[in-house]
Amino acid sequence: MAAASKADAPVPLFSRLIVLLPATLFVWFLTFLPEVSGGAVLTWKVSWIPQLGIDLSFMVDGLSLLFALLITGIGSFILLYASDYMRGYPQVGRFTLFLVSFMLAMLGLVLSDNLIALFVFWELTTITSFLLIGYTHEDAAARRSALQGLFVTGAGGLAMLAGFILLGQAAGTYSLSEILANPDALRGHADYLPILILVLCGAFTKSAQFPFHFWLPNAMAAPTPVSAYLHSATMVKAGVFLLARFTPVLGDTEVWMATLTIFGAVTTVYASIIALTRTDLKQVLAYTTVMALGACVMFLGAPTRAEGGDPSIGLIAAVTFIFVHALYKAALFMVAGNIDHEAGTRELSRLGGLRRAMPWTFAAAALAGLSMAGLPPFVGFIGKELLYKGALAWPAEPYIAVAAIVAAKVMMVTVALLVAVLPFFGAQRDLPKRPHEAPITMWIGPIVLGVIALFGGLLPDLTAETLLLPAAAAVMGYQPDYEVKLWHGVNIPLILSGITVATGALIYAKRATLLAALSRGVAALPLTGDRAYDKVMVWLAEFAAWQTRWLQGGVQRRYILVVFMTLGAALAVTILVRDALVWPLPQVSANFVEWGVAALIVAATISTLLADSRLLAICSLGVVGAGVALIFLLFGAPDVAMTQLLVETLVVVIVAIVLLKLPDFRGEKRPTSAGRVRDALVAGVVGVCTTLIVLSVTAQPPQRAITDYFEENSVPGGFGRNIVNVILVDFRALDTLGEVAVVAVAGVAAYALIMLRPRRRSGKRGEETGT
Amino acid sequence: MEPIVAVLVGVLMAASVYLMLSRNLVRFVFGLVLISNAANLLIFAGGGLTRAAPPLIASGADLPASGVANALPQALILTAIVISFGLLAFALVLAFRAYQELETVDTDAMRVAEPREDAAELEETPRSGDRTV
Amino acid sequence: MNSLILREATRLLVALMLLFSIFMLLRGHNEPGGGFIGGLIAAIAFALYALATDAQAVRKALRADPRVIAAVGLGLAIGSGFLALLEPAPFLTGQWTTVGDFKAGTPLPFDIGVYLVVVGAVLTIVLGIKEQQADVEDDPVEPEDRR
Repeated sequence: MAAASKADAPVPLFSRLIVLLPATLFVWFLTFLPEVSGGAVLTWKVSWIPQLGIDLSFMVDGLSLLFALLITGIGSFILLYASDYMRGYPQVGRFTLFLVSFMLAMLGLVLSDNLIALFVFWELTTITSFLLIGYTHEDAAARRSALQGLFVTGAGGLAMLAGFILLGQAAGTYSLSEILANPDALRGHADYLPILILVLCGAFTKSAQFPFHFWLPNAMAAPTPVSAYLHSATMVKAGVFLLARFTPVLGDTEVWMATLTIFGAVTTVYASIIALTRTDLKQVLAYTTVMALGACVMFLGAPTRAEGGDPSIGLIAAVTFIFVHALYKAALFMVAGNIDHEAGTRELSRLGGLRRAMPWTFAAAALAGLSMAGLPPFVGFIGKELLYKGALAWPAEPYIAVAAIVAAKVMMVTVALLVAVLPFFGAQRDLPKRPHEAPITMWIGPIVLGVIALFGGLLPDLTAETLLLPAAAAVMGYQPDYEVKLWHGVNIPLILSGITVATGALIYAKRATLLAALSRGVAALPLTGDRAYDKVMVWLAEFAAWQTRWLQGGVQRRYILVVFMTLGAALAVTILVRDALVWPLPQVSANFVEWGVAALIVAATISTLLADSRLLAICSLGVVGAGVALIFLLFGAPDVAMTQLLVETLVVVIVAIVLLKLPDFRGEKRPTSAGRVRDALVAGVVGVCTTLIVLSVTAQPPQRAITDYFEENSVPGGFGRNIVNVILVDFRALDTLGEVAVVAVAGVAAYALIMLRPRRRSGKRGEETGT
Repeated sequence: MEPIVAVLVGVLMAASVYLMLSRNLVRFVFGLVLISNAANLLIFAGGGLTRAAPPLIASGADLPASGVANALPQALILTAIVISFGLLAFALVLAFRAYQELETVDTDAMRVAEPREDAAELEETPRSGDRTV
Repeated sequence: MNSLILREATRLLVALMLLFSIFMLLRGHNEPGGGFIGGLIAAIAFALYALATDAQAVRKALRADPRVIAAVGLGLAIGSGFLALLEPAPFLTGQWTTVGDFKAGTPLPFDIGVYLVVVGAVLTIVLGIKEQQADVEDDPVEPEDRR
């Protein structure tokens, strides 16, 4: 991928130094371990919009700490890896910025204690993912994949926001820790089902569950460090994290268990079949990621307590597997990146015999592959045993879970062989580049992750007590009394393990025959998510083009017509639906002066309408403005009246300068008479409906609660006796600030418009002067 | 007085819509002036009309006399007036510059950004606006 | 418009109007008035001056570009809001202190900011239009052509 000249480019210093940021954070999070594994929940809060219950607050419990450690720990290695991998790419600084931004957004997501803040961070990860997938934006495929990821996860995110708002309303708080503190409140709530569906939409799109899985393999268009970090170890786990987070409050119901089990199982099986048909190393890994996510989702569908009140092995298995998978998958992606980087291809059919040329990469691949295949003494073995146990303990119909997880595990063995054995053994083939070992920055990360997987398995007590069981406790809502061991003796899970390893190896050996059969089957699938996405996009573009042509055809009058017909219709519907017609008309109490002012305004308006000279129209407008000012004055608004009169003066000044330069009404083009009748009709409807609405509004006594507050606090709080002014500069100063900003922008914009030189004869002049 | 203001708002709205729909940019600007007056009156009426008692507090007092006019809509309208002036000034300059560039105030002829695609227009269009600038 | 009487009378009138605008600005917190009204009066005063003489004379009298005046006003309004963060209170919360018998607080600089924005924005437009008009009238051939 990287040409020779690129590889010689020096590594920018910042891309090395930035590694210190996640490394420091990692160490900082490590210091929380003793306290959190003791069961403590740490919180930290800054009020943001207290009136709406939205705070920027963070919560560290077992689950969020597990994720925070994975994000910062793997993030450190990824950044180190990227510093060399991205050498010679254009705009490495931008790439690093996106990656670090993603990391911080992801940390915010898992540590957030507020639903709305969580949503904001969630969308930030979507956006940074979009930027990173589309990093090589000259490539059309990368652009398409980036947009696809954005649309799919963004749409799910919006659904999730709706679900969060319902959830916040139902629980009476947006604080996660408060919601979790009262776990049984939501399950019986009337809105439980809508909340569940909406939240699941967010989780399933983000975590690439069937049928939304298609964006994830496409996201492999991103540079490999991104695939390793976002699209296997962290971001795609956000959906799983969300489900885990809400298991104590939303889980344990029939619909929760059935939905998660079915979607998870289908995703697992489907992805494991597709994974076999792929020949690109990254695509294979991507589908096994989808598979692993499916397994996580499926196991989160387990009940929080097994029969007899024992801790749920399914949930412990899910949490353990999140940890195991993050370790080996990030490492394997980095290995795949090394192979791609140093050998020049990721096609399985072209790889082989790299063992001697790339010994360290091979060592890393072997460590991670052993963990993935679930062989002892790696932590992957513990994870696998737990998964089998959990599946066997499934309350109803355990065979679905068992079948799905066996299929997944068989496939993991096969893929582990594909990644860790196939490229490194056998004869070396004809490769695009002369393979040699990657720099240390690119193999140290996967090696360390592999070693952690090894020690995690050798010291199961330590891993479980400090990291996994506290996280599981957060998911289950109570401290599980469970001992995680490497060796449980010979039992059904162990026998299943043996079967899977043997089957996986067999599939690996007979890969070629299977592949041909499977590919035919997959090609015959009627409609995949990817193709459906294309159809939706085409339809959307056609719809947009159609409605733009119809609504915005380029004739100004049509735009206005559409706007006011909509307004008229909306007003009419409101009057009918809300039964807002005021009848009989209220008694009019007005004195002579008021009648006179009203008559003046009406007369001046008619005069403006009928004026056949600009001067008459301008004068009539002035009378209308003055009349309105008089109404303000008569009804106790001297400030407003003054402003109105002053503005009228300015309008006359400006209009006098500008408008008289425009052509007068002689020979102007008017609409046809039929057009004018239609215009008058629309205008009449809008006018009558407005009058009816105002009548209905003024028939009710005005709500004075806010005014009362202003009146009471104007002198004690604002030290001003002119309430209008105190509102403007104190109570609602932020609104006023926005408004003066608009005025300033209008001024600058008008000035810019003026300063654009007239180009009436520009074409001719351009030819003459050659400019 | 409220019913009278309601009718006034309706009259101003109708007149402004009619003016905005005429093909002449100058009349469109007049419509813009009228519609902001209509909107301001609407807000004013919505807060209730009180004769002759501005929302001021006497010196030394902590509260206004009871029954003073509603201060809230007044604050809203005050800024709205200034903003609509900014909008009007911008619209005027835009109209003037458009006239300088295109030598017409007929909005049906202003088709530079979106040239005609088909004949399915509202009505007859006297001249093509397809000039490139 | 080129009338000696108008020009001289405007000079006096402008001075009076400016004084009046500041009066309106300062009393606005307790009596009808305030930054919007004061700013509009000042803008009208200068606009009148521009009508009586020309835009150049107004620019000279203003000393600063009206765009700068608007920007300074906006900056003042925003800046006065930041004082609240010292307490800490939400942005733009009024901060007050008593100097002798006199209450001084951030709403006053805020209102002055509003005044300056209104003056600056309105004059940006008025002077801009006026200058462009003058350009078109006096000099139908555009500057580029005079090379």
